[in-house]
Amino acid sequence: MYEVEYKQAKTVADAAALLAKTGGKPLAGGQSLIAAMKLRLAQPGTLVDLSGIADLHGIRREGDALVIGAMTRHAGIASSTEVKRAIPALAALAEGIGDRQVRNMGTIGGALANNDPAADWPAAVLALNATVVTGKRRLAAGDFFKGMYETALAADEIITAVSFPSPKKAAYVKFPNPASRFALVGVFVAQLADGSVRVAVTGAAPAVFRATGIEAALAKSFTADAAKAVKVDASGLNTDLHATAAYRAHLVSVMASRAVAACG
Amino acid sequence: MGIQIAMTVNGKAVDADVDPRTLLVDFLRINLGLTGTHVGCDTAQCGACTVHLNGRAIKACNVLAVQAQGAAIVTIEGLSPDGVLHPMQAAFKDCHGLQCGFCTPGMVMSALDLVERHPGADEATIREQLEGNLCRCTGYQNIVRAVQQGAAAMAK
Repeated sequence: MYEVEYKQAKTVADAAALLAKTGGKPLAGGQSLIAAMKLRLAQPGTLVDLSGIADLHGIRREGDALVIGAMTRHAGIASSTEVKRAIPALAALAEGIGDRQVRNMGTIGGALANNDPAADWPAAVLALNATVVTGKRRLAAGDFFKGMYETALAADEIITAVSFPSPKKAAYVKFPNPASRFALVGVFVAQLADGSVRVAVTGAAPAVFRATGIEAALAKSFTADAAKAVKVDASGLNTDLHATAAYRAHLVSVMASRAVAACG
Repeated sequence: MGIQIAMTVNGKAVDADVDPRTLLVDFLRINLGLTGTHVGCDTAQCGACTVHLNGRAIKACNVLAVQAQGAAIVTIEGLSPDGVLHPMQAAFKDCHGLQCGFCTPGMVMSALDLVERHPGADEATIREQLEGNLCRCTGYQNIVRAVQQGAAAMAK
């Protein structure tokens, strides 16, 4: 790991000021960032640790929405009775991230800001039409994710929380890579409170995206068979040593159908 | 520039001036001489470096020492301060839950977090929850038996 300076932020404003001044990177749980720094794939001059900012921790209800603080750890979300009651699909998704040690450190805010092409949380945020709250503004999910490891966040902008509106039904199903356990393809299906259907896919392309063909099919008939019958276009999907674009396209329909079935 | 850190490790207060890029596992092994915590893959996959940070199992090779500021850390050495094996360690010994032994400290620390969060876990749950710990000898059958026996002994 290259040399780095370290600062502890006390408040969100303090963190933003430190980031603006140093040009550094925010440190949440560090489960992706520290690994990348060890491999010298990332080389921030300064780390601004967000763990000491009390406002970023915790889970609460705000009207119909479930609001999860950005520094809440995956394990805390997985075991939260509040999350299990409001949107059980989120607790199940959190329980499936990485392994237990990673879930004990990694945070929802860190995962969203990193926007790994195979991360689980972006699928939930996009499918549930959640709002990403930062120190400066509120971003609709559709405006937040920009591309591979890219988001709408400015260099000194920090996610403070994610606000999930309660859906009628929701489920997430992924096909994990047998070795890394990252999603080869993961599909989050949600029927929102207004009856609209949103389907978000992770792992298949350079960044999370909505499978609009499957959404249209499910809007007509919310059944596993309807999802499975949709042929997903493979153009633009990833091909690598684990799977071809055509195989991933096939998996999108299959995972979507399993997610619909899991919605009950 | 060094950073002043303070934490408790196995119940003892420690403090030091560290380079910010110091990994927690290196701080434990090099600064404190607690070499029971192993470095296996050094890429946060194998879990040999698992320790407890405020009661949660974490991979010490993927956490900076400065992130443990003010925390309570427990390593494998902290389980048997008076030389008597912890029930989970005794179960690994009884069940032959180790071959070369390299992964064992991480397996035991991970198993304790597992038992805490999933009391009465069945075999499938234990296997799933040990996903973050790899045994290169592939001795999983006996490791899973050891966790079951250790969990039962701890429940008594």
